[in-house]
Amino acid sequence: MSAIRTAVDEERFVVAERLRRKLQSLGTPAFCPEESEAGSVGPALLCPIGPDDWALAAEAAAAQGCRWAAGWGDSQGESWVVNALLEKSGDYLLLRTVLPPGRNDLPSQTPHFPGAARPERHARDLLGLDFTGHPDGRRWIRHQAWGEREFPLRPDFPLAGHPLAVTAPDRGYGFASAHGPEVNEIPVGPVHAGIIEPGHFRFLAVGETVLNLEERLGYVHKGIEKLAEGRDPESLARLAGRVSGDTAVGHAWAACQAMERAAGVEPPERALWLRASFAERERIANHLNDIGAICNDTAFAFGYYQFSRLRELWLRDNLRWFGHRLLMDRIVPGGVAVDLPEEAASGMPAAIAALRRELDELKPILDEGTIFQDRVVGAGVLPERIVRELGCLGYVARACGIGRDVRERAPHAPYDRLGVKAVVRGDGDVAARLYVRYGELLASLDILEECLRRIEPGPLRTDWHDPSEHAEGLGLVEGWRGEIATYVRFDGTGHVARFFPRDPSVFNWPALEKLILGNIVPDFPLCNKSVNGSYSGHDL
Amino acid sequence: MNKLLSKIARVGIVTETFKPLTDPELDRLGAELKATIDGRFAGSLAIRQVDAGSCNACELEIAALGNPFYDIERYGVHFVASPRHADVLMVTGPVSRHMQAALRATWEATPEPKWVVAVGTCAADGGEFGVNYASCGAVGNVLAVDAVIPGCPPTPADLVRGLLSLISR
Repeated sequence: MSAIRTAVDEERFVVAERLRRKLQSLGTPAFCPEESEAGSVGPALLCPIGPDDWALAAEAAAAQGCRWAAGWGDSQGESWVVNALLEKSGDYLLLRTVLPPGRNDLPSQTPHFPGAARPERHARDLLGLDFTGHPDGRRWIRHQAWGEREFPLRPDFPLAGHPLAVTAPDRGYGFASAHGPEVNEIPVGPVHAGIIEPGHFRFLAVGETVLNLEERLGYVHKGIEKLAEGRDPESLARLAGRVSGDTAVGHAWAACQAMERAAGVEPPERALWLRASFAERERIANHLNDIGAICNDTAFAFGYYQFSRLRELWLRDNLRWFGHRLLMDRIVPGGVAVDLPEEAASGMPAAIAALRRELDELKPILDEGTIFQDRVVGAGVLPERIVRELGCLGYVARACGIGRDVRERAPHAPYDRLGVKAVVRGDGDVAARLYVRYGELLASLDILEECLRRIEPGPLRTDWHDPSEHAEGLGLVEGWRGEIATYVRFDGTGHVARFFPRDPSVFNWPALEKLILGNIVPDFPLCNKSVNGSYSGHDL
Repeated sequence: MNKLLSKIARVGIVTETFKPLTDPELDRLGAELKATIDGRFAGSLAIRQVDAGSCNACELEIAALGNPFYDIERYGVHFVASPRHADVLMVTGPVSRHMQAALRATWEATPEPKWVVAVGTCAADGGEFGVNYASCGAVGNVLAVDAVIPGCPPTPADLVRGLLSLISR
């Protein structure tokens, strides 16, 4: 801290010192209670910071080993309120600054947290906030659908915008380039060759080896944050379930958790066990899908067909028991929309046992498939240092030895009663990401069994009551890709004033740019699938 | 290798006829589909799927058509990598404004005769997103649409039904 002491005036040092103490106290069970007058948002302690100290706070937080977990702006009256969520050892701290009316600039936190780069660009494009000292001035979510000086999340910008008949394609982004007779530039997308979401990848390759990869995302930006404004809780949950279609449960749960914390509504016990069951079922369906797809990308058709068969059986059970293959709209504010039918309570143990048996049988086949192993072992290695710098989440972090898992580190009900242990491996390659997921399949089956054992008769839903004006809450849920952090603020009429869902992909997409370096271009689909970032959840 | 072969032998063939998923009409459509594809498309119907802004749920269900239960290729239906090889554009999502030009370019790259199928509630009518500063809403707002398969997302069975009815016209 001595560098900071000499660099700043005394008044600012006081702020930094207070933050330092707060940050130091993170990780202790008593979460700096003596300073709790600052309040809290959901489970995060609120820490007000002056705008000029915004970078200083980030520097202090980085020095304390905090992870930068999310950042978003919010307009309140004439002022901007800017938030940055930090985490350490499962404790969350929300830095908040209020810009005086007329001011829209504050120092960038990106120099201290590289993972903040894209979220700050997102906020710049949508709110017109100016992060001084940000290393990248290029637009990010804004392509050409709205003007350079128009900012969709500002109150004066109408939801309908002022669109032209045809939006011009994105041009002049300023990709990194390299010159030389040996270097090839390979543009891919936004329309991809498979049945997947759109985005653009720009490779620089020497021969087959990837020298650089740059992602250009934002193609599926469909105005989710603006669309959320004015919705009632029920309708927000529906929208949240479509932030990323493969994470319908995760995002809906995080949004409902945020709204419930804001309103002080406690979902009943039975609903919590059902929510966890849905979340684990979603994790299993997606891991089965991706393991099959990884097999497919190595031309191991057997693996693709086996895992896609198991996934299909699993989704049919979802439909039969809970009414929707992807479990959309099953989680609602205050509880759940469907019960556990008798047929599911009696049929699920057998389905779980059958899947476990098949997984046990398939694993040695993957292990002994020499051609398969040759492709996945050592491919797309992500260094642990990058995971820490970017704040990567989920299986991407856990495959690099970093056991980030909300269910273990910051367990919310009902995980607080389950003692979930994160599945961790250390090699950081495609194989490690694959085997972390394999381990998670088995762990999720255990959790599902536990949910079935513990669930008791009871109501499915607590009556909703409108929260007070400015009531706000934070939802933190371990989605199948990793931590989902969702912020909701209400207006005075029980409707949503601000909704900001942060998908784990935000921090895992930049990791893909790093882990592909030095690999060959034909291994890109494999590396990409092992990460499987969400485009929709990122672009919002 | 023994484990692999014995797994294959034990699982056997799971490909279903579509009887359990629907009614006798589908059998008729299935036969017609094959006949139509054989006659009008030289035995093979090529589909280029374009996600123009979806939440990805529709993609998951379209991709499921390739799993061994549905095995859509047995009807001569293939998902292809290039619009230049396609007879049908299968478009999902509300069309985001950022994808509008790319979708039009994909359509222009598809040779005549071509059909556009809007898949999913968002593609049908804008769904949860509608028309806004970032979204053009329904695919029909951007391209002339020949068929719509609604659903959020449509199940693989819905997709098969929708394709059959388009092809059998």
